[in-house]
Amino acid sequence: MTDETAKVEELVHKEYEHGFVTDIDTDTVAPGLNEDVIALISAKKEEPEWLLEWRLDAFRHWTRMTEPGWAHVHYPTIDYQAISYYSAPKAKEDGPKSLDEVDPKLLETYEKLGIPLHEQKMLAGVAVDAVFDSVSVATTFKEKLADAGVVFCSFSEAVQNHPDLVREYLGSVVPVADNYYAALNSAVFTDGSFCFIPKNTRCPMELSTYFRINAANTGQFERTLIVAEEGSYVSYLEGCTAPMRDENQLHAAVVELVALDNAEIKYSTVQNWYPGDENGVGGIYNFVTKRGDCRGAGSRISWTQVETGSAITWKYPSCILRGDNSSGEFYSVAVTNNYQQADTGTKMIHLGKNTRSTIISKGISAGKAQNAYRGLVKISKNADNARNYTQCDSLLMGDTCGAHTFPYIETGNAGAIVEHEATTSKISDDQLFYCRQRGIDEEDAVNMIVNGFCKDVFKELPMEFAVEAQKLLNITLEGAVG
Amino acid sequence: MSEAAVSHYLAEYDRFRDTLAASWPVQRRSDALDYLKTHGFPTRRTEQWKYTDVSPITRRKFTLGELPAADIDDALVEKLRFSRLDCHELVFINGSFSAELSRTPDLPSGATVRALQSDGDGNAELLERYFGNEDIGHAFTALNTAFLNDGVLVHVPDGMEIPAPVHIIHLGGREDETQPSQPSPMSHPRNLIALGRQAGASIIETYAGFPDSEYFTNTHTSILAQAGARLDYYKIQQESQRAYHIGKTRIRQEADSRVDCHALSLGGKLARWDIDVELVEPGAEINLNGLYLTGNRQHVDNHTLVEHKQPHTTSNEHYRGIMNGRSRAVFNGKVIVHEQAQKTEAHQSNANLLLSTDAEVDTKPELEIYADDVKCSHGATVGRLDENMLFYLRSRAVDEDTARSLLTYAFADEVIRDIRFPEIRERLEQSIAGELPDTDLIKEFMQ
Repeated sequence: MTDETAKVEELVHKEYEHGFVTDIDTDTVAPGLNEDVIALISAKKEEPEWLLEWRLDAFRHWTRMTEPGWAHVHYPTIDYQAISYYSAPKAKEDGPKSLDEVDPKLLETYEKLGIPLHEQKMLAGVAVDAVFDSVSVATTFKEKLADAGVVFCSFSEAVQNHPDLVREYLGSVVPVADNYYAALNSAVFTDGSFCFIPKNTRCPMELSTYFRINAANTGQFERTLIVAEEGSYVSYLEGCTAPMRDENQLHAAVVELVALDNAEIKYSTVQNWYPGDENGVGGIYNFVTKRGDCRGAGSRISWTQVETGSAITWKYPSCILRGDNSSGEFYSVAVTNNYQQADTGTKMIHLGKNTRSTIISKGISAGKAQNAYRGLVKISKNADNARNYTQCDSLLMGDTCGAHTFPYIETGNAGAIVEHEATTSKISDDQLFYCRQRGIDEEDAVNMIVNGFCKDVFKELPMEFAVEAQKLLNITLEGAVG
Repeated sequence: MSEAAVSHYLAEYDRFRDTLAASWPVQRRSDALDYLKTHGFPTRRTEQWKYTDVSPITRRKFTLGELPAADIDDALVEKLRFSRLDCHELVFINGSFSAELSRTPDLPSGATVRALQSDGDGNAELLERYFGNEDIGHAFTALNTAFLNDGVLVHVPDGMEIPAPVHIIHLGGREDETQPSQPSPMSHPRNLIALGRQAGASIIETYAGFPDSEYFTNTHTSILAQAGARLDYYKIQQESQRAYHIGKTRIRQEADSRVDCHALSLGGKLARWDIDVELVEPGAEINLNGLYLTGNRQHVDNHTLVEHKQPHTTSNEHYRGIMNGRSRAVFNGKVIVHEQAQKTEAHQSNANLLLSTDAEVDTKPELEIYADDVKCSHGATVGRLDENMLFYLRSRAVDEDTARSLLTYAFADEVIRDIRFPEIRERLEQSIAGELPDTDLIKEFMQ
């Protein structure tokens, strides 16, 4: 026990690797939220009239809504008037055409994160639409994507260059009044990514966006919209890190996916926002709405997430299985340590016939953290032969953490087969003993066992991400079990 | 809606306050009414009532009504008795004890089994000692606390066992339904069961009503099992098809006590039953066994909450449901393992069989765990009859209807076969088999 405590101590004193602040000028709007601020954001981004109206509609809904209190998380009340809703790097005016023109400080930041753009460009073959405090500063591999007919750009560019597509799909999966945070995001979102895959196209590379919160007191409100037309395929990677700061920051993103007939979208996330220090001070509030709409027959949406960061995570990537024979998948590893709190899971809404969904969720809780799985599987009356399989396992490390499971299963069709199973346990002494006996030290043994525990999820991640995820997991949990 | 209902019940209370049993402190009644005034009735916006709308109950103005007529139909009560089982039987009509219909053989000396109202203030001290500080929780418990009039008090002193089971029969509604303009009756029975150290008992509660009668039963049972006590507890809910039933069973278990709870919901138009279990000392063990059968437009909601508060406590929960017609079933099972409760073992499973396309089931098995050295699992399934099993039987020349009935019966039998008393088992088997086609054929297999 003392040994364990010592190791936990050692772990909690391990400072956040990516904690640094890049010092560049930002064009920040004074804190506060009202219709004028929204008009200002819209004007700065030279948005069309309809989008401003759409934002204002969302804002009016938001003012009538109350903050949800049902999640198994606790935090002080957020003062939404104390947040600045717009912050863009100054460099924007110069309009960088290539990486060379990008503010070198930005590049430095990415370098520290271990994800240098130019290296990735050459080595990984990944097109990166990097979001640095709300405005995209660099987009690579545009030509190659353009050849395939794929549109992959920042949201603001999409509004300028593809207004019809944006207007058709924006808010069609997550309506403006969907929930408190989605409404807030709809009102004040500053940028994000837009991706459109035309008919019968297989996106030639994996698309990736790295988000990073930088300016103090700036909540980030990204908006991501991915549309896959009939018969197309895209794999999208999203990764997050944030610098160290003592004040809690709000992050309320919205991600919308639309898959038409026989299209497939694979969305992978590694989330490593700043989790706060060992006393639970600081850290990001991550209140995200992610939803995919399997609109066409035979379409497929797969969410894979590795959540290691954030002080509070409130996130339920969902699938609406509207098309017949469509399928949804959710693979998740959520790790919480110290005073982190996570309430995450998924919703699988079966509307079409022969729809299938799979949910694999692994929660790991250490220190004084609380980790909850909350999921909904809804089989509507017309979803004949729907099939769901859910497995959610929790691993506890230390006697002061908590692991919770709140699955909702609503079945209105007798042809459906729904299975749910969940287990909660700690790393067993037998498993540890087995490894120790074969000359593997305790630390490695724990890592092996935890990685084995998460294997079902990691194998769904693209290669580069899988490596990063395993590393993250080891760092987050180093020494958490004795 | 809720305000109207609250003021109706406040008026009812004023009308009947002087006739209510005296052994229940007036202070607790008025506290409960205060709770009702402040909180009102739950709505679907309350998480615990998300799937159950109680407005059919709050819309109707149920009344405490008159005392039972002397000429109660004996045949009806007779059907509810376990005639071949030697037991203490206490019969209540719309919440009031009927001495004529009850039969109470001799008890071991020192043990108490009696109706609350039968001896005035004689129970006050016992009630205060064991059940003095229960919190209210929701509006229906408040109603029960305010209107408490009668029920059963079972007290078994240390080291004693009551050999014969205690059977409590609650009969609701009116025999004559020809005057629908009259308000329907309600009853708020409260049963209090206290088992001393190493004591043992078997308790059976049966809730039933006059056929097609509309009434509201709002029952509450509190159970205390002291160190090493052993209780076998059954609740059979077979209310009429137009009845409303809200029930709560609260179980508190001390060291090394063991309670086997069998929850059987068969009737009622709208039925809700909460079981709250607290394992407050090491070694306590609870087994929750449940079966719900719904048809027509029935709505049956089962909530269970098991709190492991100390180390080395065990809970096993196994609930099964069969839904037919346009019915809807709700299951919510919650297990909380508190920080100190290391070495806890908690297992929960819920299986649902949907027989009709219009039936619906909403299930929510929850785990809340704050200790690390625990073994906890839960599982939930919803499905139809297995095609392979059907094929197996068909290939052996069993016709389709019989095969379906057999498999349905077998599904329910998983729960029924754990019942210790053959008489209870038989009654359930009859009532399940009675619902299925080709009953006679299945009965052959049942032999």
